[in-house]
Amino acid sequence: MMQIIAFYLFATILIASGALTILARNPVHSVLWLILAFFNAAGLMLLLGAEFIAMLLVIVYVGAVAVLFLFVVMMLDIDFAALRSGFVRYLPFGALLAVVLAAEMLFALGSWRAGGVQLAGRIAPVHSASSNIQQVGELLYSRYIFLFEAAGIILLVAMIGAIVLTNRPRGGVRRQNVAAQNARRPKDAVRLVNQPIGQGVEL
Amino acid sequence: MNSAEILLILPELTLTIGGLILLMVAAFAGDRVAELTNAFAAMVLALALGLLLQGHVAAGPIFSGSIRIDAFANFAKILIYGAAIISLLLAPRFFAREGYRSEYPILILFAALGMSIMVSAHDLMTLYVGLELNSLAAYVLASMSRNDSRAAEAGLKYFVLGALASGILLFGMSLIYGFTGSTNFSGIALGFAGAGKLGVLVGVIFVLTGLGFKVSAVPFHMWTPDVYEGAPTPVTAFFASAPKVASVALLVRVCIEAFGGAMADWQQIIAFLSMASMLWGAFGAIGQRNIKRLLAYSSIANVGFMLMGLASGSAAGIAAVLSYLLVYVVMTLGSFLAVLQMRKADGEMVEDIAALGGLWRQRPALALALAIFMFSLAGIPPLFGFWPKLLVFSAAIGVGLIPLAVVGAIASVIGAFYYLRVIKVMLFDPPSGVEFPVSGGWMERGVMGLAAAYVSIFGFVLVGPLAHATHHAASALL
Repeated sequence: MMQIIAFYLFATILIASGALTILARNPVHSVLWLILAFFNAAGLMLLLGAEFIAMLLVIVYVGAVAVLFLFVVMMLDIDFAALRSGFVRYLPFGALLAVVLAAEMLFALGSWRAGGVQLAGRIAPVHSASSNIQQVGELLYSRYIFLFEAAGIILLVAMIGAIVLTNRPRGGVRRQNVAAQNARRPKDAVRLVNQPIGQGVEL
Repeated sequence: MNSAEILLILPELTLTIGGLILLMVAAFAGDRVAELTNAFAAMVLALALGLLLQGHVAAGPIFSGSIRIDAFANFAKILIYGAAIISLLLAPRFFAREGYRSEYPILILFAALGMSIMVSAHDLMTLYVGLELNSLAAYVLASMSRNDSRAAEAGLKYFVLGALASGILLFGMSLIYGFTGSTNFSGIALGFAGAGKLGVLVGVIFVLTGLGFKVSAVPFHMWTPDVYEGAPTPVTAFFASAPKVASVALLVRVCIEAFGGAMADWQQIIAFLSMASMLWGAFGAIGQRNIKRLLAYSSIANVGFMLMGLASGSAAGIAAVLSYLLVYVVMTLGSFLAVLQMRKADGEMVEDIAALGGLWRQRPALALALAIFMFSLAGIPPLFGFWPKLLVFSAAIGVGLIPLAVVGAIASVIGAFYYLRVIKVMLFDPPSGVEFPVSGGWMERGVMGLAAAYVSIFGFVLVGPLAHATHHAASALL
């Protein structure tokens, strides 16, 4: 029973915060809603008995959202002063989200101990003998080996593409030259002057 | 997984290992060895092609049902590798002015690898992995000429719309997985037998939409003319040939193997896509002044004709699609080889159709070859381009899709107008004053001559083996 309540709670908040992510006018609000959505998705995974995926979701996505947050702040021309001045105004909103998150975490842990959710028959039964990470690893290197390797090639191609498109010769750029930088001695760069008081500085 | 399975994917392994080695060479030696990398990449592809020609097939899906190595996949792969080799051959000279880059052949290799995974896919995940591998390489190839704003625009447009299509495709896949309980094509086919078909059908529509974008079928074709025009011409030649083969073959495989149980449902979708592509490909091309845009609309219209073969859903229809793919690839690569010949003395490319005026008097062989390609693309009877059109029409009529065949015939007549206009400009218009000196190596002109010979009446000589090969490949699916 508890799992069912937890499921509907997480699912409802997930959909609501997903909708609010795209509906919110303030980009900062959007990002906060997104974090709430990720947390709820992680809660759903926890209910399904996939602890590893749940933790990945929190670590990777919420971590990525921190970066995303930086991008939002950098790219959207947000006035920092206005942002800081709104701190008190946003405080209740942020605190509300924090309370919701904390309550959900407690709730998720409680219902996780109560066993997996039984919404419908599973397609593949879960072996509880080995841990989640072990099972994922075993599948990746046996059943899905072809896809796993092919996915590796995709990442390689993405890397090649990023380098090909951004690393090009262009004028006016001073590239790093480690040897020249290391070979530079203090006497080439620094000049000690005994500056008389009351006279201009000679540069 | 066992060693026998490894042996079956030897062509793919060859491409992967060859690509990785060349990547190392390119990373350490830089762009100085670009032409050498290019030659070696072509050799790697030729080696993979040689392995394919041995014709090893597996009885069933391998790698736990992820992929299938059958005659159908092999036929498509032969076309893909062949087209990739030709696109490699014509690249170095085109990029000579701005400096050829070592990464270009490597990206082509990985794109070919992605396409070969696509045509072998027996699982929605394999399908997606192959598709993304191919697309990612293609996005980079499209915007390779960084200093050309048109290429940058093409790359960006392709990337954004491609990502959208991938999203739609993934959404459809998740629906199908949810309703049938499997991502495997055999599993999905079994799932269609169960109740609750409506949900799966929504998934099927989304998947067909995503794949429709990849084959550039109307109404998901908007990106095609812009990308074809903006991308460097060798890249456009590549886009118009190999990925087209891969995505059409993939669409055929998904429709027959996975969605075979819902044929009546997807048949009407494919028939609509086919009809719209044929008509819009014909009407849209009429106003075009740029030869690359014209060929883009031509490829849209040709995809429409191929989908007509798929819409019939019969073994004859699938075989007709495969024949069409082969002839289409030869015609398209030939046309692009001819377009690549059109450069002024200072090396600047000419893409304007009006500038071709009087080409007949300057370079009769080139004008003749281009005229053969255009007549063949239009499907005018004595030329070989007529043959696959006849096959798809007879397949469609064979299963009673008379309205589709009628629309196809009308679109074919409308389409003939703009192909003939190019020929009229070359042959009868007064000279435009643009000089086209002879350019390109013997290899390019030789390949163009061979392609022209094949799509003129000489193709009919080889109709027997072609029919045998396509029917053998089609029987692997049905």
